[in-house]
Amino acid sequence: MHSRTTRNLAAAAALGLALAGSAGANPVDETLEVTTDDGTITLTTTAPAPDHLKDAFDTIYSGWHYRDTETRNMERDDFDNPGMVFVDIAREKWDAAIGKNGESCAGCHDGPESMAGLRAVTPRVDATTGKLMIMEDYINTCVTERMGLEAWGTTSKDMKNMLALIALQSRGEIVNVAIDGPAAEYWAKGKEIYYTRYGQLEMSCASCHQDNAGNYIRADHLSQGQISGFPVYRLKDAGLVSAQQRFVGCVRDTRAETFKAGSDEFKALELYVASRGNGLAIEGVGVRH
Amino acid sequence: MKSRVWLASLVAVAAAMPLAAETAPGDVTYVEGAVPESLSGSAGDADAGAKIMTTNALGNCVACHQIGAMPDVPFQGDIAPALDGVADRYDEAQLRGIVANAKMTFDGTFMPAFYKTTGFIRPGDAYTGKAAPEDLPPILSAQQIEDVVAYLLTLKE
Ligand code: HEC
Ligand code: HEC
Repeated sequence: MHSRTTRNLAAAAALGLALAGSAGANPVDETLEVTTDDGTITLTTTAPAPDHLKDAFDTIYSGWHYRDTETRNMERDDFDNPGMVFVDIAREKWDAAIGKNGESCAGCHDGPESMAGLRAVTPRVDATTGKLMIMEDYINTCVTERMGLEAWGTTSKDMKNMLALIALQSRGEIVNVAIDGPAAEYWAKGKEIYYTRYGQLEMSCASCHQDNAGNYIRADHLSQGQISGFPVYRLKDAGLVSAQQRFVGCVRDTRAETFKAGSDEFKALELYVASRGNGLAIEGVGVRH
Repeated sequence: MKSRVWLASLVAVAAAMPLAAETAPGDVTYVEGAVPESLSGSAGDADAGAKIMTTNALGNCVACHQIGAMPDVPFQGDIAPALDGVADRYDEAQLRGIVANAKMTFDGTFMPAFYKTTGFIRPGDAYTGKAAPEDLPPILSAQQIEDVVAYLLTLKE
């Protein structure tokens, strides 16, 4: 009690913010309604935990619930969401004849709306190739095989902008990645990575996002580490951050040798982490700090 | 040219060599988690310890622990027990053991081992994300551990 007051005072002094006296460790109990060009939509940012996660959580929460008021509000209106600029840039790319023979995304797929629903079911094992595909893999397959270009870097601007445009087409759709059948082995591998304590600090994803979700590690309010909001616009980086990129950052912070963005390990991890969010809505482009 | 290289490597070896009285991370003996002897062979400096505990790249103890005696340090975490009065709960040897390798006292704890150099999965080179060098240094040196212990011993209720 006493120490909580100390935190609030210190934080208020440091940030010049007026913090609610009852600020606690828990995710805020609020609803994410987003004003869009097509009216207001309500996003499912809390849900009962999926069956495979019931031993850890009763309820799952989007990371949106753990951010401060100002950051949360930025996601409430597309006009205030800094991530939307990148969606617009990607929309131009989508239509542009960038391929070696003048191909464009639009030429094969019509409008980006044709991608509706995809973000909610990826990563997934592709029916034709039998491989685990993250969205970046789908995009790069088109970029290289169908457009004859060099692959886009996994965390390049072109890639992240396109991730944002495609994710936005599934905004409001409920995450439902498959974890059985051909996905089962990847899922198991991702789960193993999630619970492995890496690095000189010997910390796993679960150490922070399961055992300590809701607690503060220094100034950071630990969320459940969900990726339904990804890619997110991160105020700290003043740019988009993809899930793959976030994993790199989190593992680096354990004083570990990270896996590479787009590696088999992080693809499996993304499937597993996505499955912990089965039941939450895709946010399109979240805003985090 | 040749002798310069020789000299440089001699200096490097000398710097890496622990002082005679220092106990290397791999040679520390834990008695039920406790370590009776100073790791550096010298006494700790409590002021230096306070600094180490609040510096991100060093101990960053306040990332997880609150310390009422440090009201000026903002954003103290609340993951672990507050350290106020910790010197009433543990003696010097126990505190040294907890700071050096808390896993010896609290099985499987979230608290990192600050004076340990082996047994990690994919250890990195500090916070670069790159692989650790062959001779990975502990997070804190022997003297830094002693400094932190000296500060902790001031935390009496
Ligand atoms: C040392 C603690 C720590 C560890 C270990 C850790 N994270 Fe994080 N993670 C954080 C912090 C701090 C944040 C920023 C605040 C938040 O959203 O929790 C964060 C944020 C995230 C986010 C963004 C959530 C959002 O809504 O913006 C994801 C996703 C994530 N982590 C996944 C992981 C995964 C996967 C692992 C393991 C590979 C992992 N983290 C390991 C501390 C950690
Ligand atoms: C990442 C989190 C974390 C960091 C960083 C950390 N600790 Fe801890 N510490 C813990 C946890 C968790 C416990 C509780 C032990 C347990 O049951 O696992 C603990 C316990 C302790 C205790 C025993 C407290 C008691 O009342 O039982 C002491 C003393 C202590 N830590 C000192 C330190 C010092 C000094 C540092 C920095 C040099 C530090 N800790 C850094 C997580 C941390």
